[in-house]
Amino acid sequence: MLIVSCPNCGITAEETEFHAHGEAHITRHAADSSDDQMETYLFMRKNPKGVHFERWRHQNGCGKWFHMARCTMTLEVFGTYSAQTYAPPEELLAQIDAKRPGWRTPS
Amino acid sequence: MSTRLATGGRLVNKSRAVKFRFNGKHMDGFEGDTLASALLANDQMLVGRSFKYHRPRGIVAAGPEEPNGLVNLGEDGTFEPNARVTTTELFDGLTAQSQNHWPSLEFDVGAINKYLSRFLPAGFYYKMFIHPRPLWKHVYEPIIRHSAGLGRAPKSRDVDTYEHFYSFCDVLVVGGGVAGLEAARTAALSGARVMLMEQTAHWGGRTPVDGGDIDGKPAQDWIDATVAELSVMENVTLRTRTMAAGVYDHGYVLGYEQLTDHAPEMAGPRHRLWRVRAGHIITATGAIERPLSFAGNDIPGVMLAAAVRDYAVNFGVSVGDRTVVVTNNDDAYLTAFALKHAGLDVPAILDARVLPQDSAVMTQAKALGIRVLMGHAVSSVQGVKRVTGVSVCSQAGEGAVLEEINCDAVAMSGGWSPVVHLWSHCGGKLKWDTANACFSPDPDRGPLGADGAQFVTTAGAATGMFQLDDALNDAFAAADGTLRCLGLKLPKGAKASKAEHRDEAPMAPVWLMPQGAAVKLREKAWLDYQNDVKVSDVRLAAQEGFVSVEHAKRYTTLGMATDQGKLSNINGLATLAGALGEEIPAVGTTTFRPPYHPISMASIGGEARDAAFQPIRRTPMYDWHNANGAEWEPVGQWRRPYAYKRGDENTHDAVMREVTNTREKLGLLDASTLGKLIVKGPDAGAFLDLMYTNMMSTLKPGKCRYGLMCNDNGFLIDDGVVARIDEDTWLCHTTTGGAERIHAHMEEWLQTEWWDMKVYVANVTEQYAQIAVVGPNARKALEKLGGMDVSKETLGFMDWADGVIGGFNVRVYRISFSGELSYEIAVDASHGQAFWDALMAVGADLGVMPYGTECLHILRAEKGFIMIGDESDGTVIPQDLNLHWALSKKKEDYLGKRAHLRSHMADPNRWKLVGLETTDGSTLPDGAYAVAEGKNENGQRNMIGRVTSTYHSPTLGKGIAMGLVHNGPDRMGEVLEFPGTDGKTYSARIVDPVFYDKEGEKQNV
Amino acid sequence: MSEAVSALKNAVYIAGIAEISEMGAVGMITLRGDLAAKPLQKAAVAAAGVNVPDQRQCLTEGTGGMAWMSPDELLIMCAYDDANAKLADLRDKLAGTHALAVNVSDARAVFEVRGPKAREVMAKLAPVDLAPASFTPGMFRRTRIAQVPAAFWMPQEGVFRVVCFRSVAQYVFDVLCVAAQPGSEVGVF
Repeated sequence: MLIVSCPNCGITAEETEFHAHGEAHITRHAADSSDDQMETYLFMRKNPKGVHFERWRHQNGCGKWFHMARCTMTLEVFGTYSAQTYAPPEELLAQIDAKRPGWRTPS
Repeated sequence: MSTRLATGGRLVNKSRAVKFRFNGKHMDGFEGDTLASALLANDQMLVGRSFKYHRPRGIVAAGPEEPNGLVNLGEDGTFEPNARVTTTELFDGLTAQSQNHWPSLEFDVGAINKYLSRFLPAGFYYKMFIHPRPLWKHVYEPIIRHSAGLGRAPKSRDVDTYEHFYSFCDVLVVGGGVAGLEAARTAALSGARVMLMEQTAHWGGRTPVDGGDIDGKPAQDWIDATVAELSVMENVTLRTRTMAAGVYDHGYVLGYEQLTDHAPEMAGPRHRLWRVRAGHIITATGAIERPLSFAGNDIPGVMLAAAVRDYAVNFGVSVGDRTVVVTNNDDAYLTAFALKHAGLDVPAILDARVLPQDSAVMTQAKALGIRVLMGHAVSSVQGVKRVTGVSVCSQAGEGAVLEEINCDAVAMSGGWSPVVHLWSHCGGKLKWDTANACFSPDPDRGPLGADGAQFVTTAGAATGMFQLDDALNDAFAAADGTLRCLGLKLPKGAKASKAEHRDEAPMAPVWLMPQGAAVKLREKAWLDYQNDVKVSDVRLAAQEGFVSVEHAKRYTTLGMATDQGKLSNINGLATLAGALGEEIPAVGTTTFRPPYHPISMASIGGEARDAAFQPIRRTPMYDWHNANGAEWEPVGQWRRPYAYKRGDENTHDAVMREVTNTREKLGLLDASTLGKLIVKGPDAGAFLDLMYTNMMSTLKPGKCRYGLMCNDNGFLIDDGVVARIDEDTWLCHTTTGGAERIHAHMEEWLQTEWWDMKVYVANVTEQYAQIAVVGPNARKALEKLGGMDVSKETLGFMDWADGVIGGFNVRVYRISFSGELSYEIAVDASHGQAFWDALMAVGADLGVMPYGTECLHILRAEKGFIMIGDESDGTVIPQDLNLHWALSKKKEDYLGKRAHLRSHMADPNRWKLVGLETTDGSTLPDGAYAVAEGKNENGQRNMIGRVTSTYHSPTLGKGIAMGLVHNGPDRMGEVLEFPGTDGKTYSARIVDPVFYDKEGEKQNV
Repeated sequence: MSEAVSALKNAVYIAGIAEISEMGAVGMITLRGDLAAKPLQKAAVAAAGVNVPDQRQCLTEGTGGMAWMSPDELLIMCAYDDANAKLADLRDKLAGTHALAVNVSDARAVFEVRGPKAREVMAKLAPVDLAPASFTPGMFRRTRIAQVPAAFWMPQEGVFRVVCFRSVAQYVFDVLCVAAQPGSEVGVF
């Protein structure tokens, strides 16, 4: 069972206070999108062995959403950050680069 | 004979006698005994029968690794099967029964299996019971079921209570032996929060038995001093009788504390499950001695060498008068010495090693007058229910008997294996330790925590440091390293506790005794005592191609019993490696999974039992419903009245009465469970236009509108009436149980997609008791209460208004889910019961009756209103339900809009909602499928539709239903066939789903 | 209007290692908005009678008080009978600003867990570090109690106030009583 830090209220707590909601930074496609875009938006998800970005909610806590970067293999948590963003912060990416060189180009 | 000695027994209090019963027989023990030591003191060596061959089995070990000593403990409400005698502390009045035999332990019919053992090799059940298939269910399974299993299942309710406890520390030390104490002492010096768990009732582990000085004083003195030092430190929590059962991700550990098992008269919970979150874990879990594989090593009286000395030293119990020690290492000599010092006879030590010269302990043994036979082994053990002697052979040979030695006990030692379970639970890797012939933790490949750093360190024997001085140094280093990981420091001058190094000759790996044992001997050389796996079985598995250790384990069931292979694993691996001609590390180990030792199911449940098993959500009128005949229906965690039974009425009749009464007079429904969300802000209208398929921004204040919600996949997820409160505030009703889900859904879109929108949402579901006042007399009732104009002119259909009725501050919604004249009235929850009472009182003359959810369903079904969860199931879109009118064409976007255009969603062949009416007036079975001619590619009847809701309508006097049918709306009048599970086939005609008051005149009066 | 009836009508349990009591009807207002905005702060302080608490803090004085719920939400506490008037006043003061204030007094149940073993009772049910050095009076924690969401704070040492949804009041009372059963002292705090 993971421990998770909520960037919204500053609480670090066990996973039972939180709920995971799948991959982060999915682009919503709507009205004028093509079928392929809709397929990508609704169904296509990464399943990486290693660095992954996820959406979480502090369900039994402040109720707020946030993002988390973690390793699906070791369960190492690289960091949590605001839900109101389209991409992980550069600072966090640099930290991950240092810990997992080459992660951006999976073999 | 095993018996109580006149001297010895450091853990028993001989001034406190304790009485207990085993298989109905009265026995005596002492305070401080385990059930195992007390049984042995009463010469009860035979404690059970093995799982497969029903062979007589005696106690082998003295700790949680014990494979044989499992009993049914206690009676009735305190009954527990498979209790381990070696970990069960004796108390006055304890009752225990042995397991897995019939009719008795002494005479067991199942023991016939042992004569059949040639025919019951590894994989027997797989091979035998696979064919012919029809025999499976009625012949094989009942027979196997009858003969399988160990203890009985409890029949009475557990009378005890259990609890959890959340605990946090910097350093958790597991194991209260000298290594654990040293690690805890060292870690605590830094000021870190330290917790130390010990599974037994005593500190110090085996060191007091094995002897040695620490810091110049006897080990026991050092232990006492260290415990005293730790117990006064504010930053240290000490816990005995608490076993760390498992290590999980991010430093999570489950500790299993047995509070009253040793003293059932004590008040309070029986077990406490510690849910510990530790910054770092030090496992000082010690080591387990390995048995040796020789013929007859399962005969009662053959025990682990260290266990024999534990019983003598700790409990003052001798397991036999004449004990032959058989070993491949120096450690077992300590047993011979302990027995000699207790005045018992050790006729010989059979040492499989051939050393260039006598080791120190050999010299010592000889000085005590013990024969030491180097290079010798057990060819076979004599005896049936008790050892009577051993045949001696050369270890190097095939078992030719050189000599017979009479004895009544055999103390064996195949070397020691570190307890690596907790290290391995969360991914810690092992390395092969050639010197000690065991797997030990690989310190460079430990389990990794939240920050990516290793969070478990081993200490002492758990590391593979078996000598006292090495163990203490290792424990100190483990604590020091742990503190560094945590950014903490030891105070200057902190030093490790010191012990003398003992000279030891190297051990020699011995996996079979004698090394060339023929088949006849191998067939009697047990690896797994509990599951009856022998050396020959593992060899057979290898021969049949089970080369992976995980496969061989499952094929032979080696290590799959309740002891999880604590004794058998390494010997089994070595045997498999031998059979495959591979090195042991190349074969690898099976996976270590929690718990380390079984823990009670009830401790996992904790407080969650009886009334507290799960949260039950109650409305403010719950007690009234309960007192007035409510039969409850669970709706999510809510409890709603299904129907209110009167007198001798059955449930169906009650429902029929409620429907008729509501249609004809006046019904009250507790609708408090409906979700209520306040959505407010300058962008609230625009936001709700995205949330709902229909337009909500155009709703006028004071008005209500029914709305549908889809997810972005297009599927229907909720519905409800939305009321506009003022210019920037809306109140959205959700389905029962939908409040939290839809609240989260709205917040998700607001926080993660449209975070620029100025909207706040609040869940006010439970602020209100909401009561539906329904039926032709509804208005009269409210007018009688008075205080508010509820006329059609002032409060028309789909209007809402705040006001005062009968002195209550209320919000009244003119909405109807029944098709009748209906007011849904919200009042503050704290006044809900009083308002309900007022309505019941004023309605007395108007024929008022409360109605439940089944009546609600029939009322809505008669009107063709859909129900989320009946007509929808997560794969249904509004178009399937002919709800096109609720899909805005003006809006550019709403959740699900684009998805509705995807090919499968727009497919004209989707099943669509219709009404169904049986041709004979009966009621269609719920969930029945409509079938068509022909079969699909799987050979099943083709299906063209299914029933989604079905009821008997008292209003129409016949069965009515709704269903989703292929091309349904185009097939009006057609009769479909619905095979039921009762063997009957039902015929139903496709009709309009609105059965009652098609024009909607009754609700709009 | 009838007498306001709380979920458990002031139920108490005194036989255990801590005293559990339902506190009856308590006034509560949820206020959502920009917590940094001065007008909102002023209105909130006027309603609660205490300053705006810092992140994860709770301030109380008499029946008044205020808890930090999330970055855009405060919980204002007052006497039950004052809630509607305070709400009207809040709405008045916040007219024209983007904020949401609603009365949630009836949607909640409030318990008190009192006694030297109160910390242990709470630590059996909430996955929170309740050691005296870690959780101190004035802190406010939203978490779960066994299987339901709840929030609690300590108005003083030895006393916890626990807030949960009204519908699960009986459940929360039941689990608190189990956790406080006689003989269940843990002996760590």
